[in-house]
Amino acid sequence: MHYQGKAHKVGDHIDTDAIIPARFLVTTDPVKLGENCMSGLEPDWVSRVRKGDIMVAGRNFGCGSSREHAPVAILGAGIPVVIAHSFARIFYRNSFNMGLLLLEVGDQADKIHDGDQLDIDAAAGTIRNVTTGDSIAVLPLPSSMAEILDKGGLVPYVRERLHSQAAR
Amino acid sequence: MAHTLAQKILQRHSDEEIRDAGQIVRCKVSAVLANDITAPLAVKSFRGMGADRVFDKNRVYLVMDHFTPQKDIDSANQVMVTRAFAAEMGITHYYEGGDCGVEHALLPEQGLVGPGDILVGADSHTCTYGAVTAFATGMGSTDIAGAMALGETWFKVPPSIRVTYTGTLPRWVGGKDLILRLIGAIGVDGALYKALEFDGPVIDALDIEGRLTMANMAIEAGGKTGLFASDDKTLAYCAAHKRPGAVRLAADPGATYERHVEFNVTGMEPVVACPHLPSNVRPVSEVRNVTVQQVVVGSCTNGRIDDMRQAAAVLKGRKVARGVRCIVLPATPSVWTQAMREGLLEIFTDSGCIVGPPTCGPCLGGHMGILGDGERAISTSNRNFKGRMGSLKSEVYLANPAVAAASAVAGIITGPDRL
Repeated sequence: MHYQGKAHKVGDHIDTDAIIPARFLVTTDPVKLGENCMSGLEPDWVSRVRKGDIMVAGRNFGCGSSREHAPVAILGAGIPVVIAHSFARIFYRNSFNMGLLLLEVGDQADKIHDGDQLDIDAAAGTIRNVTTGDSIAVLPLPSSMAEILDKGGLVPYVRERLHSQAAR
Repeated sequence: MAHTLAQKILQRHSDEEIRDAGQIVRCKVSAVLANDITAPLAVKSFRGMGADRVFDKNRVYLVMDHFTPQKDIDSANQVMVTRAFAAEMGITHYYEGGDCGVEHALLPEQGLVGPGDILVGADSHTCTYGAVTAFATGMGSTDIAGAMALGETWFKVPPSIRVTYTGTLPRWVGGKDLILRLIGAIGVDGALYKALEFDGPVIDALDIEGRLTMANMAIEAGGKTGLFASDDKTLAYCAAHKRPGAVRLAADPGATYERHVEFNVTGMEPVVACPHLPSNVRPVSEVRNVTVQQVVVGSCTNGRIDDMRQAAAVLKGRKVARGVRCIVLPATPSVWTQAMREGLLEIFTDSGCIVGPPTCGPCLGGHMGILGDGERAISTSNRNFKGRMGSLKSEVYLANPAVAAASAVAGIITGPDRL
């Protein structure tokens, strides 16, 4: 998959209450959640985002609660990819299950500045910073994640397993 | 190979031989948990998976605790989705209304989790059950839906950090202070992707409620789970809470730990986590002239009977300061009843506290105690992220129940020995 968009930088330890505050968790609708994406960091943060833009974070992005509404809100805001130094564990699993692509890049996250134009080749595992000309390599995915991604997410993965159990 | 406690429990539930941290293994789960926020999404995913029944109707726990009693139309509708699902699947352990308590206080109390179990829950504080030697960890709704359908899930075998506490625990210092001290030392991602395993003479002497408080906050260091070996105290707790025949479990001698952190607690004073991270920890005496408008005693971290006793011991014969709303939320119906029988609720109301129902409510800024612009709270809960309890311009400090109660009386953050 290929992604092109403008980078929106956020800091270290961005928690799930910043991504989507709990008072908005009374719905599962991606559009409604997307309208309030990152409102726990800054009200109206989402107004700067155009569909296809990319979020770039520091350490431990997505720490805090297990709410799957967090990756759903990011996707709902039109952001298909988050690049970070590192991700919190539960958020990491949730994002792949929901179809939000996460790219872990360690210290290389510093090579991206707010507003930089990015070009991502997910299959090759490379990020090109069009604005600065820098190239960034992505850490490889764990095999379990790759297997689930291969099936198109956890929902189709489990559906297929239930199907094969029933056939036996 | 010699297994850590985390690896040992995972091995009990997997056909694959666990050789090393980092290995990906499939494990059968003992039970699966979701709440009023996360269950509706899990139901959606469960349907999408084409599943028509849960793996075991007696081992799926649905607890409608976060916005209970239903705070608005949307949250009431969310519960209706889960209630209908529970009825359709014939779920035995569905808790709503007067049955309902804060999930991580309720499950151990009802004997629904115990030593050697693997429990996955769509709530990050599922790690609480490490206190009763269960490998328990939070996941998202779709992972939980998969586990509900299949009765299994995958894990990356975590490396463990061993945390040892030695010395003598001073009065007014408890599990909350021990875990905050660790988080302050290693940071909010200090245990990212890792298990914490607690031991030492202080832990041996700590009761199960104190261990539940500690395990609860493993996630606040990024941890996958926070484990305690099962000992006489664990077995006695399980026997007294509808869980007879619990097993003893400990790490193998010679197990390899990624890191060993040690604390001597002699002379330690209670600590406070200042805004806006649980790692921003200071001794309470160093937090000066911080006024509070709200105090919360409750939550899955510190809403159990011993927490109520600690708060009541400080509040007895004293009054909550003017301009402070002190909200006490016993975490389960049986904690509530016990607090009533012991006269603790009367102590709270006499001192000017508001005693509310078991609910997560204010901990996550849901309802029943929300902070306005510029307001400040001290709370016995587990997170002080920006805006966690209300306005983005508000602040939350975290502390143990005695410090929270003392601060309610003083109107400024203070330790109980300074009143």
